[in-house]
Amino acid sequence: MFPGSNCDRDANYSFEYLGAGTRYLWHQDTDLEGVDVVVLPGGFAYGDYLRTGAMAAYSPVMDSVREFAAAGKPVIGICNGFQVLCEAGLLPGALRRNSGLRFRCMPVRIRVETLDSPFTSGGMWPGQILTIPIAHFDGSYYADDETLEQLVADRRIAFRYCDAEGELTADSNPNGSRLHIAGILNEQRNVLGMMPHPERAVDPAVGGTDGRLILASVLYSLQPAET
Amino acid sequence: MRFAAHINVMPRAEISDPQGQTVERTLPAIGFEGISEVRVGKRITFTVEAPDEDAARRIAASASEKLLANPVIEDFELELSAL
Repeated sequence: MFPGSNCDRDANYSFEYLGAGTRYLWHQDTDLEGVDVVVLPGGFAYGDYLRTGAMAAYSPVMDSVREFAAAGKPVIGICNGFQVLCEAGLLPGALRRNSGLRFRCMPVRIRVETLDSPFTSGGMWPGQILTIPIAHFDGSYYADDETLEQLVADRRIAFRYCDAEGELTADSNPNGSRLHIAGILNEQRNVLGMMPHPERAVDPAVGGTDGRLILASVLYSLQPAET
Repeated sequence: MRFAAHINVMPRAEISDPQGQTVERTLPAIGFEGISEVRVGKRITFTVEAPDEDAARRIAASASEKLLANPVIEDFELELSAL
């Protein structure tokens, strides 16, 4: 949690809903002892002053998150958390102002692009379409051509915005993201950044349950392998 | 010595600038003709204490690279003057 985070309780609720124990980490905390998964929630960290996520990327907790990620443990950045991970250099590229200059707040469809990550390995199939809400002004994913080619070659695009048939139509891209990118993985595939909010699609009381697949997948990945 | 630093941060040339495009579409509607290639950036100013101008420039450039501009999407220009 950073000053200005506002999806931390939703994230906490959704992981507890799925049976996980949770704890809040403040931006000045540096001790991640006993933590299995780090979630960077959505919101407006440090007011999103200067650029989204710019100041949060240098907060004390991020040094610990960097070490945690380097040790191969799973980190999920959702919405503002994705922006923070990009600013911190844990993921390539940047999130820019939506191409339509509108704050977009609605359910969108995203296509599962790879099963090769702790966030997409459990209970999903390639090409599966998930419906998950977005709520952002600065969600237009940008990276230069070379970086995009690398992401494609390494199959590090986790999710892409699509229509009901799974096609990458212009109308299905809510923010002008390059290659319709909704979520990407780092090189070691243990850090996921995504603009849609899976934690808002867990409890059926508040709409859809497709977000469960992603959060449950990462919890499942922590279980020791069956022998 | 104290120096005044002015940092102009602009979206990189090859990146589309939806804010600039929107401003550009609005200008003719309020009577301004002949204006094109509008781009919207930001200007950041501060003063910096340093032994000499080179040192001040290094500090300001480093701050710009590390925090004030994001090199993935932005370029910056640095202006420095002694106070």
